[in-house]
Formats: sequence, structure tokens, C-alpha cells
Amino acid sequence: MSTETRPGTADPRTEPAPPVVEVRGLHVSFPGPRGPVTAVRGLSLTVGAGESVALVGESGSGKSVTARTLVGLAGPGARTTAELFRIDGHDAGALSDRRWRPLRGRRIGFVLQDALVSLDPLRRVGDEIAEALHAHRTVPRAEVPARVLTLLAEAGVPEPGLRARQFPHQLSGGLRQRALIASALAADPALLIADEPTTALDVTVQAQILELLAERRRAGRALLLISHDLAVVARVADRVLVMKDGEVVEQGPTAEVLAEPRHPYTRQLLAAVPRPRARGTRLSGPRAGSALPRPRTGERVVLRAEGLGKSFAVPGHAPLAAVRDVSLTLREGRTLGIVGESGSGKSTTGRLLLGLAAPDTGSVEVDGQSWQGLRGARRRALHRRIQVVHQDPLSSFDPRYPVARIIAEPLAATGVPRRARAGRVAELMAQVGLGPELLHRRPRELSGGQRQRVAIARALAPRPRIVVLDEPVAALDVSVQAQVLDLLAELRAELGVAYVFVSHDLGVVRHVADEVLVMKDGEVVESGDIAEVLTAPRHPYTRQLLDAVPHLDGPNPGKVR
Amino acid sequence: MVIPRIRPGVALGLAVCVLLLLAALAPGLFSGTGPDAANPADTLLPPGSAHWMGTDENGRDVYSRVVHGARPSLLIGLAASALALAAGTLVGVLAAQGGRTVDRIAGRLLDVLLSIPGVLLVLLVVAVLGTGTGNLVAGLALVTLPGYARLVRAEVLRVRGTGYVEAATVLGWSRLQVVLRHVVPNAVGPLVALATVGVGGMIVTGSALSFLGLGPQPPTAEWGAMLAGSGDYVQVAWWTAVFPGAAITLTVLAVSAVGQWLQDRAEGRVAR
Repeated sequence: MSTETRPGTADPRTEPAPPVVEVRGLHVSFPGPRGPVTAVRGLSLTVGAGESVALVGESGSGKSVTARTLVGLAGPGARTTAELFRIDGHDAGALSDRRWRPLRGRRIGFVLQDALVSLDPLRRVGDEIAEALHAHRTVPRAEVPARVLTLLAEAGVPEPGLRARQFPHQLSGGLRQRALIASALAADPALLIADEPTTALDVTVQAQILELLAERRRAGRALLLISHDLAVVARVADRVLVMKDGEVVEQGPTAEVLAEPRHPYTRQLLAAVPRPRARGTRLSGPRAGSALPRPRTGERVVLRAEGLGKSFAVPGHAPLAAVRDVSLTLREGRTLGIVGESGSGKSTTGRLLLGLAAPDTGSVEVDGQSWQGLRGARRRALHRRIQVVHQDPLSSFDPRYPVARIIAEPLAATGVPRRARAGRVAELMAQVGLGPELLHRRPRELSGGQRQRVAIARALAPRPRIVVLDEPVAALDVSVQAQVLDLLAELRAELGVAYVFVSHDLGVVRHVADEVLVMKDGEVVESGDIAEVLTAPRHPYTRQLLDAVPHLDGPNPGKVR
Repeated sequence: MVIPRIRPGVALGLAVCVLLLLAALAPGLFSGTGPDAANPADTLLPPGSAHWMGTDENGRDVYSRVVHGARPSLLIGLAASALALAAGTLVGVLAAQGGRTVDRIAGRLLDVLLSIPGVLLVLLVVAVLGTGTGNLVAGLALVTLPGYARLVRAEVLRVRGTGYVEAATVLGWSRLQVVLRHVVPNAVGPLVALATVGVGGMIVTGSALSFLGLGPQPPTAEWGAMLAGSGDYVQVAWWTAVFPGAAITLTVLAVSAVGQWLQDRAEGRVAR
């Protein structure tokens, strides 16, 4: 694989200061059952003072291992070799664990993807940050409490005094991530390494975290951002390195790499981002950019909900209204997007549509038939008309079952004789693009994308009219997300099935949906034709969601207010 | 298929279990003489070429009796475990699925059973129903049942909340079918491994009660009963006690090793 290097990679502003990280020819390997497995091969990376660099690649590309190696935490058994490995002017190849310690935190801050597991659950947030301050003795003991509050405030945490006294579980995902960033920045390190800092977050929160990182870059601090999504790094990074299978395949200034990618893999990653103008075209594979088959749509209403309401009892509080007065109509072969953040009631709406929960008010009609009062065989028959695909398919499979049995389950439920099932299972496997060699694997042995394909095959088995897709791509890398979105579009055209596409990502919904419902705090704040809602959003929340979608097409207009 | 890699201890345990099962099913394979063939001329002979493990006070071959003793000992352990497992599953599933009243009644009954010390409870059952293998098995099962029932109830509640149970509802199974196809197998799976470990304990308790004369009656060759019979002669003829005792120890170790391995597998702690 050739490395595409561009001239003028180094930022001229940072030339005089010595680089924070200087690595040449880095190799990292781990012992495996069949000999060592190489995770990083021949990586060279320089991060100058005040520079912002992004490392982009999909799961397994070696980007996280690289990040961990840079702080001396490659992991047990890792073999690290490098021609040159200098951190902050020290030769890191020769550093003992003892000598690493003062570098971590003080010179390099490190933020992990999942803030919930990175923060001690038994410790108050303020104490966590205070500990980082004590460890590095950067401020006198007496000033620590005040400094903690300043750090939290700088990380964009509202009411820092209150938050510092709370425990991690009392904070939302976005606040936790900020608290973690605040503790990583406690000693004001020259370089902050952030490994997928926004992957688990809602888009609006992601936008805030990215803005926080961009703020730091403007303050002249170096940043190394690790991500699977080129669109996420586009706003923050001066320079991008694209990694694949442990090697850097392309690098250069962000704008150049995004505007004219040279390596086919970079082009593939770029094509995978659902951009506004990519609507109706393929996102993945060699045919990326070509038109998708046109869906077969009709005027017949297959799903209708009127005035849906559902609240949950909360001990010691007034009942929590999860969904209030939601109405929707879905016609044959069309896709309805439901967009909102966590807690907006979009998943509860999905459950009401599926007949898994009974609404307190209103009604749901599938194919003209209401769930209300429907029991026994007739209810089960209606279940088969509206199927579901979850965000985490693994938890929706019986762990004892191999793939063949998972896909055959709905057939068995409808009483298809055992011998007739195999043929239909093979047909479904082919439809979702899974090879027959996977039939006898267990779901745990499959990749995230393969699992989602199995879930789609199972949902299609009873030939439903509607499939509810509940965050079907939220847990996937952008490139795998692109494959799954393409597959869903092809299946829709082929089978004439209608989708309810529930997602927190307006970018994805914009790509797939014909109509959209924007939900906030259990209510629909805006709805209608996707093009109309997106070109002229009426509700400020819709505008906010739209601004938060990371894009590749130049600077974000939303930021120039 | 991947050939499982098994630790040597587990392999040894499996081998011993296979030998024990063979001995229980076809003792004739290992020993030509009958367990009750007494020869008054050969009483209390030490281990030698004619009698590997010597003879007892009635001139019966100890080796033959140890081999034939495998059947009642294993039968007690396996039958009691199977019975406890079946009854425990039934009670546990009913408690979890039967609504609040059923759950409360079952819970109180299990509390009562748990409050009585195990050996006392078996003694009580045998005292009421009379001595014999069947009653001993029933008593042992009754002691083990509450723990299993509690575990099954908790597992059913856990499995019921999982995504795949909800998925099965969406796929159009009825409630009973979902319980039978998904809830019960997944709830009982971890318990089967636990019950295998429990077989060893059952054999020990069973042998102890046989030793007290509450199990299979003489002249049946059973390890606990053999130990009891050896009591008067152990000072002059150690072999009458050591070999049945060793058989119990070996069986428990082997069964427990295999059970532990099954449990590790069920919990995903070893690679398939």
C-alpha cells in the first residue's frame, strides 16, 4: 500500500517550536494464538505544538492502539518498536513506567470514548478532577477547589458548583464527556488525545464537544483526535491521517484531503458520509455515487397513529410523559424518519407502533387494523406485518441460536414446515448479502455489520408491510453504516416494504426518509416532507439539529452567527 | 466444527465419569465375581492377586463390591439432582410467571424449606416415608430444590426483560411459546451446569445417610453402606474402608471437575 504524502504538511506557524509528538516507523504487535498480530505498521506521525491532527479509520485499523501507544499504554504483551519515538523531547522508547507517569496528564491528556467507564462511579466528579490536580501538583493545595470549578466551566459544564458535587451516573452522557475532558485538561497538557470522544453522544451534544475541542485548538494547544468519521474531524483538524489495516494510507491538510482524496480508501470513507447531495445514490462499494433503484410507493396507508400518549410511573414523582399526542401516517413503500435526542420519546413511539406497549391515549392501526383489544392468534398475525430491527442486534438474538435458526424463527412461528424453511432462509441470506458459510455461526462471532444484516433478514422473513428501524446504524462505523443504508434502500425497492426509521442523526434521516417527524421531550415539534422540513425548518430545535450534523462541505454556516 | 481444547484435569474427570457410568450400567465388564458372592474361607483377606482390594468380613470381594456400588451411588446423586432440577425449574418458572400471589406463596414455602438444616430435612423425610433409595432421593431433592427454584425465578425475570424475548413477541409467538422456546431454556442453562457440580455433593450426602443406615439396605453394595459395614474391622482390615471411601472421593472430584467446566463454558469463561 502506498502512502500519499503531500508537500507542505507541516503548519508553518508551528515550525520553530519542537513537536509534542514525533514518531517514525512505529510498529505495534500483540501476541496471538497463531503468532504475533501486527496492529500498527510503520506509522510516522508528528504533532507540532498547537497543531490539531486527526487519525481516521474504521474499527480494527489500529488508530486506537496508536493513541494508547503514544501515552505508553499500548496494553499487556504489546511489542512496540520505532525508529524514532519522542514525546515532548524525551526519547519515549527508553522510558520506564515511572518516567512515563509525569508525562501523562501533565504533558499529554487522554480522553476515552466511554466517559461512564472512565470515571470512577463511587467518586464525585469534582474529586476526580481535584485528584488530577493533586497528582501533578500544578496548583497550590488551597486553590484546588476553585480551579476544579474553573476547569468544569471551561469545559462547558453549566452550574459547575452543583456538578462537581454529583456522581458520574447523575450526569448525562454529554456532561460526563465534558467532565472527563476537564480532568484530562487539569494540568493544562500541551497535547490532548481524544479517542472517539463523541461516538456515544447525540448529534447536538457531539457538536458541542467538537466546538470545545476546536476552542482549545484556537487557544494554541495541540490536539490528536481519533475517529471513524471524516465528517466529525473535518471541523476540528488541521491535518488528517487516514489509517487502514495498521498503515497510514493518506495524509495531508484536512481541506485538501477532503476536497481531492487520492487513495481509494479515503474516497470510500468520504463517499460513506450521507451528504445532502448523496440522497438517492449509493454510499458504499465501487458503485458509490450511482443512483439507487427507485422505490415502489403507493397511496395506501399501511400505518396510522392518532394522538398517541404514554406516560410512565416514577416513584415519588408525577408520572413522566414519554410521548404526548403523536400522530403519523405511513404509506406503502415509503420511509418515515423519526428524529430526536435520547429521551425524546422516539423509541417509546416505536414500541407503541409495534404493539409492544399499549398507549394511554390514541390508537395505532397497522394495515387498517388496530392493536386495541386484539388478542391471541389475530394479534400474533398483526405482529408479523410490522417487524423491527434494533440498534444492538446482538441482544435481540437468543444467545443459543446460530444464524440459520435465528432467521428461521419467524418462519417456525408461522408454522412453515421444517423442510420448507431452509430454502427461504437461503433466499433471505442472499437478499441481505450474507454468504451461506455464516449460517452456522453464532451471532457473537459476527461483525457489527453482519449482525445487523441478520437482524434485517429475520425482520423480512414474515414478509412484513412495515419495518421499524430503531437506530439501526447508530452503533456502526461510517463505512459499515453506508453499506447497511444501501442495503435497506435496495430491499425497499425490491420488496415494497415501508420503513419507520428512528434515529438521532438528522444526516442519516435526510438520506433515507421521505417524510420526517422531529421529536423533543415526547412531543412532535415539526413534521412533514423531508425536503420541506430541511430546507425551511420552522422550529428552532430542527434548525439546531440540522446545524449539529457534521458536514464535509466547507465551514459550517451555523457557526457564523 | 472447532475441536474443544480441554484442560488435563477436566479430561481426567471426563474419563473417570465414563468409567463410572460403564461400571454403573454394566458392572460385569469390570468384575467377574458377583458382589454378594461370599466365601467364608476367605474373610478379611488383604489386597492380593486373587482379590485386588481384599475381601470383607463375609469373604466378599471388595473390588467387585466397589464396582457394583457405582450404580446405587450414582443413581442417588443423579436422580436426586435431576429431580431437584425439574421440580426447582417448575416452581421457579411458576413463581416468576404465575403472578404476584403465586410468587408470594412459593416464596414463603421456599423460606420454610430453607430454614430447616439439610440433613435434618432428609432425616425427616426418611423417618416419615421409611428407609430406601427412593425416599432418600426424594429427601435429597427436597433439600436442594429451594436454591434451584430461587435461581430459576431470578433467571426467568432477567431473561424476560431481554431483547430476544421482545423480538420473539414481534415475530408472532404466543406468550406460552415464548416462555417455552426462549425463557425456560435460557433460564435453566446456567442451572444445569450448577446441578452437575451439585451431583458430587448429593453423592456425599447420600453416602453419609447410607452410612447411617437410611439408604439402600444391606446386603446391597453401596459405598456409604460399605463404609458403615467396615467400621468394626477397619483397624485390622484397612482395605474394607479405604477403597469405598476412595471411590466416593474420586467420583465427587471427577463429577465436580466436569460440572465446573460445564459451568465455565455456560458462562463463557472458556473458549468453545
